[in-house]
Amino acid sequence: MTEFLQHLVNGLSVGTIYALVALGYTMVYGVLKLINFAHGDVYMVGAFAGYYLSDLVGVRPPWADPPPGAGETFFKATVVTMGSMIICGLLGYLIERFAYRPLRHRARLTALITAIGVSFLLEFGFQLSPLVRTPIEFPPGPSPRVFPALLARSGYEVFGVTLSNYDVIGLLVAVGLMLALQWIVYRTRFGTAMRAVSFDPQVAGLMGIPVNRIISWTFVLGSALAAAAGIINAVSRPRIEPLFGLMAGLKAFVAAVLGGIGSVPGAMVGGLVLGLAEEYVAGYTDSSYRDAIAFTVLILVLLVRPAGLFGRLTVEKV
Amino acid sequence: MRLFRALALTTLTLFAAACEQKAAVAPTGAAAPAAAAPRPAGDTILIGHVGSLTGSEASFGNSTENGIRLAIEEINAKGGIKGKRVAAKTYDDQGKPEEAAVAATRLITQDKVTVLLGEVASSRSLAMAPIADANQVPQISPTSTNPRVTKDGDRVRPFVFRVCFIDPFQGTVMAKFAREHLKLKRVAILRDVGSDYSVGLADYFKKKFEELGGTIVNDQSFKSGDQDFKAQLTTIKGKSPEMIYIPGYYTEVALAARQARELGIKVPLGGGDGWDSAKLYEIAQGALDGSFFSNHYTDENPDPLIQNFVKRYREKFKETPDSMAALGYDAAHVAFDAMARATDLSGPAVRDAIAATKGFPGVGGTITIDADHNAVKSAVVLGIVKNKAKFVASVDP
Repeated sequence: MTEFLQHLVNGLSVGTIYALVALGYTMVYGVLKLINFAHGDVYMVGAFAGYYLSDLVGVRPPWADPPPGAGETFFKATVVTMGSMIICGLLGYLIERFAYRPLRHRARLTALITAIGVSFLLEFGFQLSPLVRTPIEFPPGPSPRVFPALLARSGYEVFGVTLSNYDVIGLLVAVGLMLALQWIVYRTRFGTAMRAVSFDPQVAGLMGIPVNRIISWTFVLGSALAAAAGIINAVSRPRIEPLFGLMAGLKAFVAAVLGGIGSVPGAMVGGLVLGLAEEYVAGYTDSSYRDAIAFTVLILVLLVRPAGLFGRLTVEKV
Repeated sequence: MRLFRALALTTLTLFAAACEQKAAVAPTGAAAPAAAAPRPAGDTILIGHVGSLTGSEASFGNSTENGIRLAIEEINAKGGIKGKRVAAKTYDDQGKPEEAAVAATRLITQDKVTVLLGEVASSRSLAMAPIADANQVPQISPTSTNPRVTKDGDRVRPFVFRVCFIDPFQGTVMAKFAREHLKLKRVAILRDVGSDYSVGLADYFKKKFEELGGTIVNDQSFKSGDQDFKAQLTTIKGKSPEMIYIPGYYTEVALAARQARELGIKVPLGGGDGWDSAKLYEIAQGALDGSFFSNHYTDENPDPLIQNFVKRYREKFKETPDSMAALGYDAAHVAFDAMARATDLSGPAVRDAIAATKGFPGVGGTITIDADHNAVKSAVVLGIVKNKAKFVASVDP
């Protein structure tokens, strides 16, 4: 039983990350019908932005040169997370503005290939050896780096199940961000405009909705969420390298499809379900089947519910 | 509805295409030469190096590269080989076997290298070995410990050598150490199923440990690139082992160690030479204290040969050489030594000279190449104390 509960905690901790990244996929898909393959790499950039910002505010690993400053505080952690979200929001804006917008009226395939191109640009661009050495080494190069502990880790043990403040904070932040997003989409003017653009961009434009601005903001929001996920993940699994967004991006994409792509609660539930599925598969069967069985679950769910758990099948009028 | 299905199907197809796309585009990245070297001229001997200069095992490739550079500098300072200067050409394989094969082919057919050095990882050396054999260019792997690298079934690969010991020895050393030195009975294994090296070590460890009367209580696996090991570790914890043997590479091992401690697992961890990297300690931050791993060499060894090497390496690269650097250096020097002894610089002549290497004083131990093209030499077991590796024992073959 203890083992079962421990797996539950572990699975939720991993699922949180998938869920946060999946939210970005789902938003962009909901509005543009574009699968933004670069999203997993924005998540990676988020972690690196956090790495550089924590250096800036003086949170460094104990062996670092120069040695750490006053150390970690909750305030600094918030500043780093916010800063990284802003940087990634800006990156999301730039990607949309320069890579996707010029191609928006072309075939959907063109935009998809561009998304893959942007993904490569970020992955391999970040692997170049540093061009700038001061104040930071950028690009970071291929070797893994160690993400500093933004908050001191405190572990608790409840009935033999260990969990840490990282897991709890991660889950709370994810649920909070999801609720905020749900509120934005359904309760604000911006959300209404977003849904209108999603429904029909041309008509929305004719009705006076600034379509370009709405789409830009959608990318900004999605990318900021990816940054938050990047930091939450990096704090508890402190190894960051330019390629680590690839697998997380794929898994999050699966989570988004599983939950019903385009649905905000769907992305959240999809992420958590995928995390738990992986965890229990790895824990109770052969751990080398972890991904295989997790993806089989996806196929089964889609066979039964083609639109995903929370998706709605809509009849498209032609 | 039908349209939506069609759309979903297209999306999935595109998704698959996207994955293939990634694989197809990657070689351009690898093709870029990592270091500019002069074309082979009449008075230059060109040697090729394939290494993981990027990717998650980047420290391996960069260390061997440094070791080889140092060796080349030394041989050129001594006047080169047979009056010719030595130069190296290095290609990055990004830590991928398919890239290693591409790089090896390119070095042999386009750059016409005399000797091929590399790879650190067994999976990559295995991808290169048939190419070296087919083209009759000697390949020396610095640290690939999987037996199949030099021996394909019962047949010894004629042109492939290594300057390190092999997995059976390394796995056996740790099994003996755990059973006889630490007196452990129950050990769990966490292996990287995607790596020939890790699977080899785990298998030989298991075999020897059970032979000595120990029990393997659980055998779990992960894949390189994984970030979360808690599922496997939680299951392992439930079996209460006295040690967990994780014969993986440093980045995963360090993360797994941290997560083991977070789950309240307090027993020591064990591993092999794949642990040896400064990054291991950076990521682990003390989580590996009390753990042990087998290795090729230690920079603590007072032997003047080793201390001289450590000193020169530090001067040149401002860091302490790890095993990969030491063995890269050895591999290069074994190649130079053989080229100097060889009757001419053709592949078969150099091959014969390498095969005849006997008692060569390397920094990773005295190297004698045996009939299976392996180096026969001793291993060291290092223990981690306060986030630093300390010499514990030396185990002879």
